Amino acid sequence: MPFTLNVNGKATTVDVPGDMPLLWVLRDVLNLKGTKFGCGIAACGACTVHMSGRAVRSCQTQVSKVGNAAITTIEGLSANGNHPLQIAWQQLDVPQCGYCQSGQIMSAAALLATTPKPSDADINRAMDGNLCRCGTYVRIRAAIKLAANGPVRDTQTASARGAAE
Amino acid sequence: MTKASVTRRSFIKITALAGGGMVVAFNVDDVFAQRGGGPGGPGGPQAMAFVKFAPDGKLIIVGKNPEVGQGVKTELPMIIAEELDVDWNGVIVEQADADQARYGQQLAAGSFTTPQNYTPMRQVGAAVRQMFVAAAAARWGVPATELTTRPDARAPGAARVEHSASKRSASYGELAGDAAKLPVPALATVPLKDPKDFRIIGTPKMGVDTPSVVTGKPIFSIDFTLPGMLHAVYQKAPVFGAKVASANVDEIKKLPGVRDAFVLEGGTDLTALLPGVAIVADSWYQANQARKQLKVTWADHPTKAQSSVAFQAKADELGKAAMAQPQGQAPQGATGWRKDGDVAAALAQPGVKTVEANYMYPFIPHAPLEPENCAAQLKDGKLELWAPTQMPGPALGVAANASGLPQNAITLHIMKTGGGFGRRLTNDFVAEATAIAKQMSPTPIKLLWTREDDMAHEFYRPAGYHYMKGGVDANGKLIAWRDHHVTFGPPSGPQRYAGFSNINGAQEFPARFVQNYEFGDSIIGALGVPVGALRAPGSNAFSFVFQSFLDELAHAAGKDPMQFKLDVLANEAYPPPQQGGGFNAARMIGVMKLVAEKSEWGKKKLPKGTAMGVAFQFSHQGYFAEVAQVTVDSQKRVKVDKVWVAGDIGSQVINPLHAENLVQGGVVDGISHMFQEITIVDGAAVQTNFNNNPLIRMSQAPPVEAHWVKSNNNPTGLGEPSLPPVLPAVANAIFAATGTRVRSMPLSKHGFRWA
Repeated sequence: MPFTLNVNGKATTVDVPGDMPLLWVLRDVLNLKGTKFGCGIAACGACTVHMSGRAVRSCQTQVSKVGNAAITTIEGLSANGNHPLQIAWQQLDVPQCGYCQSGQIMSAAALLATTPKPSDADINRAMDGNLCRCGTYVRIRAAIKLAANGPVRDTQTASARGAAE
Repeated sequence: MTKASVTRRSFIKITALAGGGMVVAFNVDDVFAQRGGGPGGPGGPQAMAFVKFAPDGKLIIVGKNPEVGQGVKTELPMIIAEELDVDWNGVIVEQADADQARYGQQLAAGSFTTPQNYTPMRQVGAAVRQMFVAAAAARWGVPATELTTRPDARAPGAARVEHSASKRSASYGELAGDAAKLPVPALATVPLKDPKDFRIIGTPKMGVDTPSVVTGKPIFSIDFTLPGMLHAVYQKAPVFGAKVASANVDEIKKLPGVRDAFVLEGGTDLTALLPGVAIVADSWYQANQARKQLKVTWADHPTKAQSSVAFQAKADELGKAAMAQPQGQAPQGATGWRKDGDVAAALAQPGVKTVEANYMYPFIPHAPLEPENCAAQLKDGKLELWAPTQMPGPALGVAANASGLPQNAITLHIMKTGGGFGRRLTNDFVAEATAIAKQMSPTPIKLLWTREDDMAHEFYRPAGYHYMKGGVDANGKLIAWRDHHVTFGPPSGPQRYAGFSNINGAQEFPARFVQNYEFGDSIIGALGVPVGALRAPGSNAFSFVFQSFLDELAHAAGKDPMQFKLDVLANEAYPPPQQGGGFNAARMIGVMKLVAEKSEWGKKKLPKGTAMGVAFQFSHQGYFAEVAQVTVDSQKRVKVDKVWVAGDIGSQVINPLHAENLVQGGVVDGISHMFQEITIVDGAAVQTNFNNNPLIRMSQAPPVEAHWVKSNNNPTGLGEPSLPPVLPAVANAIFAATGTRVRSMPLSKHGFRWA
């Protein structure tokens, strides 16, 4: 069945079964591999994307239910990988294996969009659906606060490797 | 025989890049074919294989070991770059393929990467630097001793050789052609930098993949695709190793998108190809949808008789029978046994307080967040694999067995993995992908497991059962310790001693530090459940038992647990065993004192229901002491408020930015173990996914403060040793806060839950 989706600001038509999870449409039809498969039951958050600005688990979102809602994936979060969270994640070098991190960033971005200065309790509530198997929660929390409170400069991406010095 | 003439061309290989541009590399194969072997010797690294040049002169440094989140793709090239004398900014890092003749041993296991490679990677960098210097000396006709090297300030990632007297300089890239013709110095003879001159080692560096991670670039194994690639799922029996009696593959073949469905016979080795049904489709979604219609009848299998309840009952029978005897009797050829003094006689002395306790830890999974996957193509008698493995060398053997091809017909690309934790030490998924690719040859396929496949076909950390007895004298001194450990067989396999047959009570503290000590074991027959090494194998389980029981004895002695443990560490030690050991009590005392200071142990007045616990562990050559502060409310809701860590991993913390992350992650992972269990019923795992095997989440993870003791010892690894002591530190804090001693996991068994 054809569906016209609005993904990262672009209208795209896909011909897939209506019960196909958005996760697999993004990954295998639209070749947007940043959204990850971890559990398939909305228990890990690795597949988190934004649907009309809210964080949703794409593994449990059937493509037929998306309609014309704006879908944003990690690839579309910012023009040049310079969302304050993406910069903060690099400044603190949050990832270990990195597999969960696009989902973490998408959940955190949805949080900051509604709660620009989140408390620890706000962070717990927004982020508890995202597992990090490596246990980088300490840095994820710190990076969210860094992005929220700044200063985060957009010079990081180019010079990030030595920036922590 | 006339020696082939040496031309520049044969020593330099120019490769066009897919995105345009060229890469210049030393043609290691030609160089060593003509010279008759590499400088590293058999199994050693061949220095020139690690360094290449991008078209703009930037250095490309090859990271040889699999990256599973432990940071080696950044760390090993940092070490090479240090001795090469380049600026880290701008260096390009490239992941090596599996090729041990070229790179030396390649694995992600045992926290071995740092101790095994710190010096060899320095030598690689220094040897290549020396060749550039020698090339410049020859070109300019000056002694090499007059030449210096430095990072190129105008070209990040490049470096230059300089002759200050004549004001001449040349970039490494300009000298590469000449350098390639020079003999490679023997690695062991190359002079290395004085560590006080280090500019890269010991400084914080962001992970080389971090920019790609945060922008969602397709860098993980699961993201890899090939043109025309088909997608596969593989259904195995719930009962480990059961064969396919029948399957409706003809019906499955008719389903949308399905290209083929077939039974694979498989064998009996739980670590290789097991019996199952493969479904191959145009997309993975279609393959997995078709699987929902799959009907398989599985043959009976003897493992069906095994269960967690039966293991516990058998362990109790064996453990209690052993402890009913005044002393154990080592079976012939037993290696793990130790007996010092006379435990029974010591405990019989007047005034001695005896403590008896039984401990237990369950099977738990690794559950790396990226499910197992592997791409494979068998074409024209050659097999190519893209595998997220921690053991690339053995993966080649597994693939050779599954394909029938010789290993030299197999190329294995080491893929970036979404976590390892020991799961990918076993290459079962490589065997499955190979067998499916063989059936589908020459079409490339990619196998991807579901989380349910993963939970059902793990190599779980083996459960274990400990029957303990110990005593303190009237002065509160530890005088006797006995542990009878019930474990699984066979003795040489990972089944034994919680996944690490080298770890046992002959070495585990307080062995050697108490006058009367006994450790013995009994083996519950052959285990049908697949088990393996989980991050910090052996000590991830032993630490909970030994450091908790030590805490019990401290309380029996009426002593502060920190002081009691320091007192035992200060005892005169028996000589170390011939193999293993190496435990240095002074280093542990150092980290214990530091963690006591940082946590303000015994100095703070804590509210009711809040307390600290302490534990330490010598694990994978690292010395770690940890204090956990825990609050338990009247509803038995547990909150780990904070964890302080002091670690000694030698003279250098190579990348302190990632090191702190690994310490924090190890602690959080260890706390996560405390709520997990895989229950075996009827020869199969009960838990299926993260909903019924809960991992720790953001709201439950405490702040973790990491501190270092820099000691004058060789640098050692950090993938593992911060994990084990947090379990007993938390359990000891729960006791101090509530009076409830936790002697088995998971905590939920005792009515505890997360706050």
